[in-house]
Amino acid sequence: LREGEVSKMAGADGDDSLYPIAVLIDELRNEDVQLRLNSIKKLSTIALALGVERTRTELLPFLTDTIYDEDEVLLALAEQLGNFTMLVGGPEYVHCLLPPLESLATVEETVVRDKAVESLRKISQEHSPVDLEVHFEPLVKRLASGDWFTSRTSACGLFSVCYPRVSSTVKAEIRQHFRTLCSDDTPMVRRAAASKLGEFAKVLELEYVKSDIISLFTALASDEQDSVRLLAVEACVSIATLLPQEDLETLVMPTLRQAAEDKSWRVRYMVADKFSELQKAVGPEITKNDLVPAFQNLLKDCEAEVRAAAANKVKEFCENLPEDNREQIIMTHILPCVKELVSDTNQHVKSALASVIMGLSTILGKDNTIEHLLPLFLAQLKDECPEVRLNIISNLDCVNEVIGIRQLSQSLLPAIVELAEDAKWRVRLAIIEYMPLLAGQLGVEFFDEKLNTLCMAWLIDHVYAIREAATCNLMKLVEKFGAEWAQNTIVPKVLGMANDPNYLHRMTTLFCINALSKACGQEITTKQMLPVVLKMSNDQVANVRFNVAKSLQKIGPILDSNALQTEVKPVLEKLASDTDMDVKYFAQEAISVLALA
Amino acid sequence: MSAISASEKVDGFTRKSMRKAQKQRKSQGSSQYRTHTAPVELSPLPQLKDAPSTEQQELFTQKLQQCCMLFDFLDSVTDLKSKEIKRATLNELVDYVSTNRGVLVEPAYPEITNMICTNIFRVLPPSDNPDFDPEEDEPTLEAAWPHIQLVYEFLLRFLENPDFQPSIAKRYIDQKFVLQLLELFDSEDPRERDFLKTILHRIYGKFLGLRAFIRKQINNIFLRFIYETEHFNGVAELLEILGSIINGFALPLKAEHKQFLMKVLIPLHTAKGLALFHAQLAYCVVQFLEKDPTLTEPVIRGLLKFWPKTCSQKEVMFLGEIEEILDVIEPTQFKKIQEPLFKQISKCVTNPHFQVAERALYFWNNEYILSLIEENIDKILPIMFGSLYRISKEHWNPTIVALVYNVLKTLMEMNCTLFDELTSSYKADRQRKRKKTSIISSMADNISACNNECEFRGSRHLVLIIIIIWTFMLF
Repeated sequence: LREGEVSKMAGADGDDSLYPIAVLIDELRNEDVQLRLNSIKKLSTIALALGVERTRTELLPFLTDTIYDEDEVLLALAEQLGNFTMLVGGPEYVHCLLPPLESLATVEETVVRDKAVESLRKISQEHSPVDLEVHFEPLVKRLASGDWFTSRTSACGLFSVCYPRVSSTVKAEIRQHFRTLCSDDTPMVRRAAASKLGEFAKVLELEYVKSDIISLFTALASDEQDSVRLLAVEACVSIATLLPQEDLETLVMPTLRQAAEDKSWRVRYMVADKFSELQKAVGPEITKNDLVPAFQNLLKDCEAEVRAAAANKVKEFCENLPEDNREQIIMTHILPCVKELVSDTNQHVKSALASVIMGLSTILGKDNTIEHLLPLFLAQLKDECPEVRLNIISNLDCVNEVIGIRQLSQSLLPAIVELAEDAKWRVRLAIIEYMPLLAGQLGVEFFDEKLNTLCMAWLIDHVYAIREAATCNLMKLVEKFGAEWAQNTIVPKVLGMANDPNYLHRMTTLFCINALSKACGQEITTKQMLPVVLKMSNDQVANVRFNVAKSLQKIGPILDSNALQTEVKPVLEKLASDTDMDVKYFAQEAISVLALA
Repeated sequence: MSAISASEKVDGFTRKSMRKAQKQRKSQGSSQYRTHTAPVELSPLPQLKDAPSTEQQELFTQKLQQCCMLFDFLDSVTDLKSKEIKRATLNELVDYVSTNRGVLVEPAYPEITNMICTNIFRVLPPSDNPDFDPEEDEPTLEAAWPHIQLVYEFLLRFLENPDFQPSIAKRYIDQKFVLQLLELFDSEDPRERDFLKTILHRIYGKFLGLRAFIRKQINNIFLRFIYETEHFNGVAELLEILGSIINGFALPLKAEHKQFLMKVLIPLHTAKGLALFHAQLAYCVVQFLEKDPTLTEPVIRGLLKFWPKTCSQKEVMFLGEIEEILDVIEPTQFKKIQEPLFKQISKCVTNPHFQVAERALYFWNNEYILSLIEENIDKILPIMFGSLYRISKEHWNPTIVALVYNVLKTLMEMNCTLFDELTSSYKADRQRKRKKTSIISSMADNISACNNECEFRGSRHLVLIIIIIWTFMLF
């Protein structure tokens, strides 16, 4: 594609439909990165216009030459080429895409390289088995023996996609290349190989998993760099899944035990982080004998990072223990560690634990929960760190299922009441959100006695989000307990606030009315609420007055037409001629919405 | 893991105060990994100087072994007595190897290295603060420093002892030793990195067999820093060592060294925390160019490729580095690179950030650069003229405007005729542009009028193309 192509193409046969394409092609060479980028992103359009033949013979060689460009452009190019199979003429010609992608897979920038590998993996599927051996596999080999580490790291991601579909001689070569890369003297390459070890193991025949992969796994897991060792832990999950149970003990467990005791906290962290997967992969027997003590150690690790990662897994680990002696293992081995974590020095550890600890109650049942877990919940509810308290509150429901709300409320209520006045508003918010559930289970009587005052107190909180949530909470309570209850307990208190000296509280009355009117029904709204709203139209604060207009608009549909015409209309008309611009605006809006004009 | 939890960040108000509180608390970390056995109480040994010379060696070994006991410094109340004994012993050992001759007998080497390895080689603890900003935040200091410092001191004295024999020591100070030493450069504690720097430098000087290995490992650390983690605390220290290593490279430079320059040092410029090690990095680059001037062109092209797009602070650093390079550039090399380079500089002088513009304009205060510009004024003036002329009228900052006037004056004096030509063509150009915009807008009206008349899409395109061609012919 030479310069001047533009005019030639646009000029030919007066076919000006090619004109935009010509512009795009010229822009591939533009000095401005943004233009080049735009053009690359429309590469499929260009290819479509050129046709498969010219795409193969002209566009692709041109693109292969432009590889020296800004990384941003290269990234877009790498992505585009992954979807190019049809544009070069289908699977038969897909190997034409390999040269540009091969160059892209060797560039320095990781993002570009990864994208190129992703595209290569994608188009590898579109190669016929013959093409895979003739074109794709040689490319993988070239990359695997490249001078600079970038091409070798890219190669690591390509073995597993071609392995299943090539002949056994080629397979042997691929295994050899992978072996070489696992002991590459550049740690970047070893890391890449280690991170693909699990994936590669999955496509290998079992005999080679045992003969090849295990030795590579063992070597990588004792690499001198902890960044390599920790990747072997990930591979451990896939490898253990592939092997028959009887081989695990000899082939995998020594390495796993060593990883759980590694001197680097990063490796131990990885073990903790992958613990549930590891547990599932090695099965119940090994879990009982090996993983339980290992897990105990991780929960007691000297680095907070590791303890937090392990604490996060407490529930999942316990859930997946073999049922026959699950309870006994938890009670004698895990729970003592958990008890210590409750008073850990690091707040992240405590907060990780708080997010899962409630889940233990379902596993341990009612009696154990009351006896052993409740004291821990209570301790965490009173923790100095708000995140810990919050995590406990937001998981109350799972305990509720086990011990029943009454038991829960008796033991936890004092703590909940305390938290309702917590200094952190997010904690208060979490408590409010839990109220309707609590109320529904406690019943009216209990609620009135213990929690009603709290719910009303939130209405005058100094944080708007809390007042808003409190309003919404009232609505949900009325939906649960009915209009009569509302009339007796809530409405008088809400309406009383209309005379509060603080205008924010007076506005809260209006917000509550907005929320409650529908649930309370026409009678209460007309008889009790409306007079208060109308009276507030004389408020000296403009914000209150325009909220009166908004409230009237909201409750209007619930009122009967008589009240609308005789009571609401005059007030809105008066507000519509208010001195304040906003009051006027909202009054007029209400008039038109309620069709009172 | 951050000491500021997510829930506290949300309020928006607490964060700053929390950070402050965090800063005030001197944070200390340590990472001596679970000492499997609880420390045994140490009992003081007799002083080395009081021992008869026949027993000194034996006592020296005993003391080295005693110092292998590790203590928990995060707990400031336990083992106080033993900690003090170890401190005193280490002090004595430092003194012993630095003042006495003939103490480094062969059997002492494994004991010495074992004591050093046991004490200093450890996995660094997780950072207290994952958003650790080395420019802003106080580093976490090594809690065990009272002991570790003395061990480093001892290692240094050991290496510097006139009796020190690399041929014996190389059995213990091997690749594995160096690898562990290099990992420690990631320490947040600047005191530790400073010791490491001197020590690694000594090792590089004394162990010829380890040199290539050390360079290679530093290479790997940098590549990992650039492309994988973006985090490594000791980049500046390693670069400082490299600066003097590069200085000693033999000529002609090996391919390996050139590759290091182009594939490691230049990409290092892209790092987020460039400010922390830019001085050392620029020094290394300039060292390379002084060794081999033919590298100038690829280096400058590399810098231009990675030229910062949004970070003005980094742009100022790049300009500083360019000036350092220009200070040593050969005129023939300058000619090869002047056009792309001055295109970039001309962008910099128009930068709305006055520090960037100012830094670029300061080039004109440099006598050598001035002489290079003068020699090539016919190439450079056309590149620079438009930008300079424009900002002399438009830049918001009066200092920049004053600087630009001086630069324009200097350039005018270099080639008066060319300057006049450019001035008149610039003015004509601007007038033409103004006319062009008015014509185009009137043409746009024409087109829309055409559009209304033409019914066929194809002919509309044709009209459009004709108008565009016509426009080009016009100008």
